[in-house]
Amino acid sequence: MSDLLEVRRLEVAYGGIRALKGVDFEVREGELVALIGANGAGKSTTLRALAALVRPAAGTIRYRGEVTHHLPSYALVRKGLALVPEGRGVFARLTVRENLEMGAYHRADRGVAADLERVFALMPRLAERSGQLAGTLSGGEQQMLAIGRALMSRPRLLLLDEPSMGLAPLMVQKVFEIVQSVAREGVTILLVEQNAKLALELSSRAYVLESGLVSASGPSAALLTDPKVREAYLGEAA
Amino acid sequence: MSFHPEIFLQQIVNGLVLGSIYALVALGYTMVYGILGLINFAHGEVVMIGALTALSVILALHGAAPDLPAALYILAGTLVAIPVTMTLGYTIERVAYRPLRNAPRLAPLITAIGVSIVLQNVALLVWGRSYHPWPPILPTTPHTFLGANITDLQIFIVAGAAAIMAGLTLLVNKTKLGRAMRATAENPAVAGLMGVNVNVIISITFVIGAALGAVAGVMVSANYQIAHYYMGFILGLKAFTAAVLGGIGNLAGAMLGGLLLGLIESLGAGYIGDLTGGFLGSHYQDVFAFFVLILVLVFRPSGLVGERVAERA
Repeated sequence: MSDLLEVRRLEVAYGGIRALKGVDFEVREGELVALIGANGAGKSTTLRALAALVRPAAGTIRYRGEVTHHLPSYALVRKGLALVPEGRGVFARLTVRENLEMGAYHRADRGVAADLERVFALMPRLAERSGQLAGTLSGGEQQMLAIGRALMSRPRLLLLDEPSMGLAPLMVQKVFEIVQSVAREGVTILLVEQNAKLALELSSRAYVLESGLVSASGPSAALLTDPKVREAYLGEAA
Repeated sequence: MSFHPEIFLQQIVNGLVLGSIYALVALGYTMVYGILGLINFAHGEVVMIGALTALSVILALHGAAPDLPAALYILAGTLVAIPVTMTLGYTIERVAYRPLRNAPRLAPLITAIGVSIVLQNVALLVWGRSYHPWPPILPTTPHTFLGANITDLQIFIVAGAAAIMAGLTLLVNKTKLGRAMRATAENPAVAGLMGVNVNVIISITFVIGAALGAVAGVMVSANYQIAHYYMGFILGLKAFTAAVLGGIGNLAGAMLGGLLLGLIESLGAGYIGDLTGGFLGSHYQDVFAFFVLILVLVFRPSGLVGERVAERA
C-alpha cells in the first residue's frame, strides 16, 4: 500500500520554543494510525501543522505524493484532508445543519444532500437537533457534530485531535464507535489521543510522541504489551 | 406648551428617514467588526466619497441633459458610486488592514483613523473645500399624510433602505456565502479548515459594506441637498453610535440602532426647545447621538440586541 501521508523531520516552533524537533511518520491508505503521548508532547501541534494551522519551521509534509506544507488550510480540505480540531471548534451560532453544510463548503457536486443523510444516519442525535444552534449541544454532541462536519467534506484523510477530551465515559465509547465505523467505510484516519489505551485498541499502528520526537512506533497490539509504553501511558507499573 | 400630533408625526417621519440612512452606514461598521473585530473608522469617508462621486455624475448628466426624470439621475449616480466605493473598500482592507491582521488591536485602529484622514484629503484634492449643492431635480411638492409632509425622496430613502436591509439579511442568513461569513466571524481558523478562503470572505465583507455606504451616501446628500468632503466624519461617528447602540457585530442590531438613533435625534431636536423653555435649540441635534453613545457604553456596552455568546459548551 502507498503512503497517503509522509512526514519527514517535521519541526514546529512557537516563538523560541521548539514543539516538534524532527518528527517522522507515515500513514498508508486505509489505515487507522494513532499518535499518543503525554500533554505537551507535540501531538496537537503535529495535526495543526498537517492542516496548515501552523507553519513548519523545517521538514516536509507529503500528502498524496505532493509536498503540501506551503498550502493554506482551505486548499488542503479541497484535496481531501480534514481536521477535527481540538476543542471541536463547532460554530456555536450556526445551527447543527448549517455546521454540517459548512463541512461541504468547497463541494459543488450533487452528493451533498445524500452525505447529509448519511451523517444523520450515523449520528441520529444530530438529525433530531438539526435546527438547534450548535452552541446548545452537549460536549459529546458537539464532538459528533465536529466529526460529522468533517465527513461532509468527503475526506480521504481524517485527522482527529483528542476526540475523547472532556467527555463522559459513555460518550467516549459512542464517539469511538463512530470513529470505527468511519474507518470501516474506508476513510484513512490519523487519531491523536491522550487516552492511549483506547487509541491503541482502535488503531492498527501507532506512534508515541515524547518531547517533540517519536520515541516508539509499531503495530498497536505490540505497543499495548510493551512494558515501557504500559508504564508511561497506560498507568501501570512495569 | 401644547402638543401638536402632526408635528410629532413629522418628527417621526424625519427620524425614520435619517434612521434608515444611519442603519445602512451602521451595517458597514458592524459587518466588518463582526468578522474582524475591527472598527473601520474610514467607513464614514467611504460614504462621503460615494456621495461626492454620485453627485458629480448627477451634475454632469444634468448639465448634458437637463430634462430627464429625477430617478434616472440618481440611478446613474448611484450605479457609478457603488463600484467606486467597492473598489475603495477592497483596497483599504488589502492595503491598510490585512498587513496588520495579527498586530495588536491598537495598530489597525490607528491605521483606520489614518486611512480616514487620507481619504478626506484625497476628496479635498478632487472636489475642493466647497459645499456642492444638488441640482434642482427632485420634486419638491410633498404628500400630506395626517398633517405630516412626506416627499418622494423620503419615501424612496425609507423603502430603499428597507429593501436593501431585507436583501442583506437574506444573504447573510440563507445563502452559502452568508453562512461562510457567519462561520468566519465566529472562528476564522476553523472556517479555513472547512475550505473557506477567509481572505476572500473578508474582502467581500468590506466590499458589501462599501456598497451599502455608497447608497447611504447618495441618500444622505440627496436628503440635505448637499455634499462636501467633510460630511463623512460626523455621519460615520453617528452610524458607529447606532451600531454600538444595537450591539456591534450584530446585523439586526445595526438596523435597529440606526432607526432608533434617527428617531431619538429627530424627536430630541424637535422637542428640546420646548423641554428646556427655549434654552437649548434644535441645533443641538448632534449632541443626542453622543449622549446615547455614552449612555449605552455605561449601562449596556453589549448593545440592545448584542449578547455575550458562550464560545462552546
